[in-house]
Amino acid sequence: MITLENLHVSIQGNPVLEGINLSIDDGETVILFGPNGSGKTTLLYTIMGIGNYDVTEGRILFDDEDITSLPVHKRARKGIGMSMQRPPSIHGLKTRGLVAMCAGERKIDIDTLAKKVNLETFLDRDINLGFSGGEIKRSEILQLLAQQPDLLLFDEPESGVDVENMDLIGNMIRELLEGNPEPDAEHTMNELMHERKTSGLIITHTGYILDYIAADRGHVLYDGHLCCADNPKRILDHLKKYGYKECIRCLS
Amino acid sequence: MKVDLSKYEFSDHESNEVDDLTRLEKGEQESMKMAGFDVSEKNTSASFVQIDHNHAFCKSYDPGVEILPLGLALSIDEGLADLQWNLLKPDKDEFTRLAADNTHGGYVIRIKKGAKLSAPVQSCLMMHTNKVGQNVHNLIIVEEGAEAHILSGCTTTEADQSAAHIGISEFYVEKNASLTFTMVHNWGENVEVRPRSAGQVEAGGIFLSNYISLKPVRNLQMNPLITLKGAGSIARFNSVVVSTENTFMDVGNRVILDAADTRTEIISHAIAAGGHIIARGHIQANCSPAKGHLECQGLLLNNGIIQAIPELDGRAEGVELSHEAAVGKIAKEELEYLMIRGLDEEEASSAIVRGFLNIDIMGLPPELKTEIDKAVTESQKSMF
Ligand SMILES: Nc1ncnc2c1ncn2[C@@H]1O[C@H](COP(=O)(O)OP(=O)(O)OP(=O)(O)O)[C@@H](O)[C@H]1O
Ligand SMILES: [Mg+2]
Repeated sequence: MITLENLHVSIQGNPVLEGINLSIDDGETVILFGPNGSGKTTLLYTIMGIGNYDVTEGRILFDDEDITSLPVHKRARKGIGMSMQRPPSIHGLKTRGLVAMCAGERKIDIDTLAKKVNLETFLDRDINLGFSGGEIKRSEILQLLAQQPDLLLFDEPESGVDVENMDLIGNMIRELLEGNPEPDAEHTMNELMHERKTSGLIITHTGYILDYIAADRGHVLYDGHLCCADNPKRILDHLKKYGYKECIRCLS
Repeated sequence: MKVDLSKYEFSDHESNEVDDLTRLEKGEQESMKMAGFDVSEKNTSASFVQIDHNHAFCKSYDPGVEILPLGLALSIDEGLADLQWNLLKPDKDEFTRLAADNTHGGYVIRIKKGAKLSAPVQSCLMMHTNKVGQNVHNLIIVEEGAEAHILSGCTTTEADQSAAHIGISEFYVEKNASLTFTMVHNWGENVEVRPRSAGQVEAGGIFLSNYISLKPVRNLQMNPLITLKGAGSIARFNSVVVSTENTFMDVGNRVILDAADTRTEIISHAIAAGGHIIARGHIQANCSPAKGHLECQGLLLNNGIIQAIPELDGRAEGVELSHEAAVGKIAKEELEYLMIRGLDEEEASSAIVRGFLNIDIMGLPPELKTEIDKAVTESQKSMF
């Protein structure tokens, strides 16, 4: 699905990512850990093509095509979608209107989708204006439900979310990643699961999301370098015990 | 920017009165529609139309509304003379002087005590003849406890016509009355405009003003003054203006909070798409407690110019006055947010501009809203 080759990224001349190599296959979900300021958001933004980041070396391949310098909307149309940590509000642009635009040509039932994430009463409000932290997360998910990307980038989907909403968000992210497979006479559950193509890259500090989805791999981003490739739950246990200081030893 | 009044004809363009609005020329009807006037009068309490130098139509369908051409109203009701040139003075400037010396009419709308109109009153001030100069004087009286929405559209018949409009308006909102006054300007590139307005609001009264101007205009300058005279009175202003190339607009609102517990909010959204806008706002608070907020949002496109000039003038301890102004191009974060959903840059810009010009807050009738939406779409053609 996506491959990052020796990716170096700078912000205003300051290197933030220094040689990232990462590959995510079709249907694979990867978890990204890392201390504050390590460059996780930078990595997601660079894949999406937004922000003031300069790729100084390396490249990004999506479905074997080099997209390193492709404009943002073309990446989106190819199937990359992102849930932002702090999206802006836009005066006068109604949530309903934005969700409709996310669907593009596809026909969707906005009210039904909104119900799924308890945002029915938000459809006629200006997007993100005065939304609480949890409401923003749900609105991002609503937009992705309409957009149906093949590669989902989530920037801390759990931060600021209460216990009940965590359930909702966790289940919706699973649905986005795995679809809503229902075995029938012709298809076993196993077959359906193997057909799924949607991939995910999810940034998390808490790992709560791991209770809802089957993640294939976890990585730690530390000081602009990617280290560790392990079962995400194992990484999380390790981080809880030792913090990030062990990462330095791993890297050196 | 000066106006050369000698270029315009301020006499001899008397129009004929019609008893049925559909008798007006197609072009006139079309331009009236664009100024928010519904010729079919489907949802109307009263209608008034002025073409060039006198009224063409004037009718009330609701016993709660008295509507008359200025001359007739003054001859019937002697008391009205005290309300004319009361809040504004003829010697204010050359335009008020000209209008005082040579008034071409205008309307007097009186909403009777306690009347709560279910449908808006609509008026249209139109300039039909090329090079015509029009001076009108309007008096709006909303009596105690009454409620009304008045739509006031101003337009030329042809978009490329040359004309000058001087409009004097005096508003009286009495105790516990509520007036929503929506003004839609549908001018053209060769039109010069000098509205001169003032109003007063008595205790418990509410004055809501909406202003929309999406078409070009060569040179428009106005800065109406509303005085909140009575305790607990409120004034709110929402304006949406677009200035395309060769359009100069110097527009603002002034409010004097002259009693306790008065409140005002002035919100303007201005897009200079190649044109030049001076966006003013002035709140003076003489009594405490009183609250005022000024907000000016300006978007620059195609090398447009916006000068935002907010002024706060607090003259009593305990008043709360604030302002917020932002002028710049479309925010990159907003553009990118829409682009990650698959919109290209132009689609994203257009969605942001459309939102920026959103007028839901004005509570306009659906027909007018549709008309404005069309005008927004049209105006975007000259933005990107
Ligand atoms: N516009 C900018 N100018 C300068 N430095 C920046 C800019 N944007 C980000 N940075 C820096 O880049 C580094 C990486 O930031 P990034 O947002 O990617 O971290 P993160 O891993 O997502 O952190 P967190 O867990 O706190 O969200 C930080 O040190 C940050 O301060
Ligand atoms: Mg981050």
